[in-house]
This record gives sequence, C-alpha cells and structure tokens, in this order.
Amino acid sequence: MPALIETDRLTKTYQLGEVTVNALQGVTVTIERGSFVAIMGASGSGKSTLMNLLGCLDRPTSGRYWLDGVPVERLDRDQLAEIRNQKIGFVFQNFNLLSRMSAMENVQLPLLYATTDTGDADERAKRVLVLVGLAGREHSLLTQLSGGQQQRIAIARALINEPEILLADEPTGQLDSRTSAEIMAIFQQLNRTRGITLIVVTHSDEVARFAKRIITFRDGQIVGDNTGSIHQADRAQSSYAAAEASP
Amino acid sequence: MKRLTAAMRIAFRALEVNKLRSALTMLGIVIGVAAVIATAAIGSGAKQRIQQQIASIGSNTIIILPGSLTSSGMRMGSGNAVTLSESDARELPTCPDISRAVPIVRGGAQVVYGNNNWATIIYGTTPGYLEVRDLSVASGSAFSQQDVDSANKVALLGETVVSSLFGDIDPVGQSIRIKNMPFTVVGVLETKGQSPTGQDQDDVILLPISTAKRKVIGTKSANADAVDSITMQAKSSNQIQAAQDEAEALLRQRHHLLPSEEDDFSVRNMEEIFAAQETSFSHIMSLMLAAVASVSLIVGGIGIMNIMLVSVRERTREIGLRQAVGAKTRDILTQFLVEAVTLSIAGGCAGIILGIAASAVVSRLANWNTVSMGAVTLAVSSLLWWASASGITRHGRPPISILLKLRALNNKTGRMSDHPRWTPLVDAAENSL
Repeated sequence: MPALIETDRLTKTYQLGEVTVNALQGVTVTIERGSFVAIMGASGSGKSTLMNLLGCLDRPTSGRYWLDGVPVERLDRDQLAEIRNQKIGFVFQNFNLLSRMSAMENVQLPLLYATTDTGDADERAKRVLVLVGLAGREHSLLTQLSGGQQQRIAIARALINEPEILLADEPTGQLDSRTSAEIMAIFQQLNRTRGITLIVVTHSDEVARFAKRIITFRDGQIVGDNTGSIHQADRAQSSYAAAEASP
Repeated sequence: MKRLTAAMRIAFRALEVNKLRSALTMLGIVIGVAAVIATAAIGSGAKQRIQQQIASIGSNTIIILPGSLTSSGMRMGSGNAVTLSESDARELPTCPDISRAVPIVRGGAQVVYGNNNWATIIYGTTPGYLEVRDLSVASGSAFSQQDVDSANKVALLGETVVSSLFGDIDPVGQSIRIKNMPFTVVGVLETKGQSPTGQDQDDVILLPISTAKRKVIGTKSANADAVDSITMQAKSSNQIQAAQDEAEALLRQRHHLLPSEEDDFSVRNMEEIFAAQETSFSHIMSLMLAAVASVSLIVGGIGIMNIMLVSVRERTREIGLRQAVGAKTRDILTQFLVEAVTLSIAGGCAGIILGIAASAVVSRLANWNTVSMGAVTLAVSSLLWWASASGITRHGRPPISILLKLRALNNKTGRMSDHPRWTPLVDAAENSL
C-alpha cells in the first residue's frame, strides 16, 4: 500500500507583476496514513502554498504528487474537485462558513456536490455535529454561535464526506488559547480514534505540540522534519488535560 | 437531471438567504422592463390617437376633382373645369372595388336665423355623403333620397353653425334662411372637430344636391348635371388603388377621351394626401420610442450590472469555498445561471405588471387607449431579452474584471504573498467564469 501523500521535488512559482516569487523550491515529503503533522514556518516560507498543493486547490509548477497512489498533477479540474469533495476536508483560519445559512446547511454543503449517493443528509450531518460536540445545534444560525463553535461547524463540514485527510490552515488563528486547545483536542481525538490523517499549518508552538511530526519551512524549502518524541507527546497530552480541567 | 435539480436548489437557497441583494438586482430589471413597456404603450397610444384624427376625414375615401381648365394658354389649376356630373357619380359604384360615390357641389352663403347670421360653406350632396365621410347625425335626422329627388328645402347643420345661430335653442324643426329662402333644419351633425389641416369640419351646412343647385349655389355651366367634385369610397383600405384605377378608366370612357388625351379630372385619395405627413410622423414617433426605450434599457442595464459586480465581488469567497468543498466549475456556473434566470423572469414579470399598470394610469389621464396586444407582445420579447442579457452580464466580463480588481487590491497591500490561499480559487474562477 502506497503512502497516503508522496511528493517529489514540488515547486511553485507565482508571478506577481514583475516579481517572480518562488514559493516552493523542490519539496519532497512523504506522509503516512494516520499521521498528525504540523507544518511550521515564518510568513511567506511556503507552508500555505504546500497546503494548497496537497489539498488539490492548486497545481505545482513542476514536480510530482501522488495522493493515495494517484498522480494528482495529471488530473483535470473536475477530477480535482471530486478528490477535494471525497478525500479531503478543509479547515480554515477564518472558518469560511456561509453566514446566512444554518449550522446544518453549512455542514451539508459538500454533500450538494458529491457525485455518489450520500444517503440521508440530515442523519449524516447530525452524526458529524455530535463528533465535534455540537449535538442539538443543527438549526442554530451562525450569528448565534461563538468563534469556537463556528470552527467546530467548519470541522463538521470537513468531516461529512468521511475524508481521509483533514487539512487545517491556522485553524486556531482567530481563537483564544482555551478554545484553541479544545479545537486541537477534537483534532487529536479524530486522529486517534478514527485514523484520519491530519495536516495542520500553524505558527503556534502550542498547537504544534499536539502533532506527532513537525515539518519546518524556510524560504520554500523543508529545513526541519522531527518525528515527535514521547516527551513531546506527553507535553501535548498534559496541556490537553489542563484545558479539559480548567472550567 | 439530478445535478440540475440540485443546482436549482442551491441557487434558490442562495437567493432566499440574501433577500435584499436579490430584491435590489430584481429592481433594476423591474424598472427597465416597466419603462420599456410603459413608453411603448404610451407611444403607440399617441400614434393611434393621431391616426384616428387622420381617419376622421373618412376612411378609404377618394376624391375626384375636375381637370384643369386652360383658357387662352392660362392654366387655371385643377377643379376649375366642369367635367364631372351626377351621372358619373351614379355610375361609379358599379365598379367592383368602389362601394359608394357621392356628387358634391360647393358654395358659400350667408345664413340667417332670427336676428343672427353666419357665413358658412354649403355642400349640396346626397345622403350617401354621411357614410363616405364617416359622419353621423347627433339630433334629428339626415335628409333622404326623396328630399333630393323633390328638391326639398331641408338642411343638415354642422355644430359650429348651430352654436353660431341658435345658441341654446334646439335647432331641429326650426326654419333658417339661406339666400333669403326658408329651409327647415332636419338634423344636426355629430361634431367632427378639426381636420389635420386645421379646418373646422363642423362649420358646414349640407343640403340635397338638387336644392343646392337650383336655389342656392346655381350651376357653373349650362350642364345642369355638372358637379364640383365626387367623393367616393373604396370597399377596403387595400382596395384603394384598384378603386382609383377603375374610377379613372370609367371616367375616361364616359368622357370619351382618346388614349392620347390627358385626363380631364384628377383622382386623389386621402391616404395619398396625408401619406407624407403620416410617414414623417410615424418615423419621428418610432425614433422617439426607440430612443426612450433604449435609454431606459441602458439605465436599467447599468443598474443590474452594478449590482452584479458588487454581488460577484462579495461572493468571491463563496465561490472559492464552494470549489474547495468539491463544486466543479459547471456547478458554480449553473448556480449563477439559475439565479440570473430566476431573477430575470421574476423581475421581468413584475416589470410587465408595473408597466401595464403605469400605461393604464396614463391612458386614464390622457384618455388614450394605450394597453394593446402590441404592448403585451413587446413585453414578452423584452422579458426574453432581459433573461438572456442579464445571463450574459452575469457570465460575461463583470465577474472577471471584479476578480481581477480583487487581485490588484491584494497585490497593492502585499497580502498576496502572505496569503496565496485564495489565489488558485481566484484563478479558477477567472478561468471558468
């Protein structure tokens, strides 16, 4: 069985007016099923660009990318859309929810674009809302929900098509530290109990501590790749426990 | 099919959750369509009104005048010779395309009632004149053929003559004096108003032609049968030319003209006389309608475009998000298309109703008949126009330009390099829309 994600010398170049930005300069990385990876680095280091490529939102300028053994760079636009729909869940810093719709409708959004039969949409939405701890809030409007609750809805939306990978770009960037810990706890739970592969882009060491592996970026290249020690995992565990314990 | 119904559900929901935006977008269409319908209806009402006035001369009428008289090399102009006769008028209706022909003698006279007097025009004619000229009798009755045959001294007065001589008194049955001879007023003509050339068509007295010739006007020639003109009527408006040709042929034959000789009469129809007037009028009217309609279309169109621009710009993130969770280019396009068509149809229908209401109000105020089938047909076609036009507006340049604008803004603030997150989506949207 191939690794879930495998890339070979990925590069990405943006043309901004007359300036050419080499956002990625040959990134080769392998991520196994069930990993929990944090991608760290300064602004402009290329971590979000890598996220876009891994999430099939964008195509590399050169290099290769296999997702679940499929060479993604050869797929057309519609096939990429289908992969995003079926295999990948996105969680964004600013939630990106449709503000005038209910929690339920937001969660069900990916089902609207699914090509396969999705069964009872309401049933599925309720199930994922339970997973993120929002049982009974199906019909709440977004304005009635806190930032943490909105991010939970975004996670529920990412989960509804039962993806293999969850890609989170600064998922706690707009949340306070306690809510951040709660959100990260949900991620950890999903990773441990359901085996979902998690890739989190973050600035924050606190967030990164939850991950089992930390990849560090600078100037479009990987400069560090640490598989977390027991010690780190313990520390992550203890901060999670601390968040749980505080009222 | 399943995807289409899904797309429609998505689009309807998107319209529903953003009622204000939907309403504003629709408003532009409503105003545009209503303006076009109202201007078209009011314009066609005005046109109809003027055509009615032209028709008041009498419909399908053809006038035959005697030819010109040449005296010592001086040509006197048409109508001076005395070549037409009452028997010509009697023969003309035998032609297949001519329904009636009436002889007319014309003269002026001073008319006296009590101590009032009035100078007016006298027409000596037959009862058929009323039908040919589309006249009717307001009170009393018209004189009869018998009055013509026995040269009775009876008169039919126009409204202007009545008001000048009688004031408030009912003239029917009264006796007036024309050239010192007593005439009994048998009826009053329905008022006809001004002719398009500004003549008062009510300042007239109609007498039996026999009476007029013998007692009032006299005859211009030794021929007692001679008349000043013949007015005839074609059976329908598209038989006018045929009727004219038949009349010419018949008169040439009756007047024993050789092929080398010119007509000793001239035939004119009313359409011909007013044709020039009417064409220039219709031309100006159509130009004006087109101008007003295109102004309202442009104004409405710009309104819609603005709303669309704002709407698409505001929704760049929504488009990006939908694509991120698996919407294909086709799904986004279908959603926007369904939204546009829905708004266009709803706005178009509302516009039609508003436009018809507006023209109904105008027709009440101006006493015009404005709401016609023509207006409705136009409404339907403009509805279709709007549906397609706003569809194009939504999927043509505006979204692209707005996305580009968004991108330029990002470039300026330098956010682009920090957050390339949305770049691919903007790219995708640009390419697809």
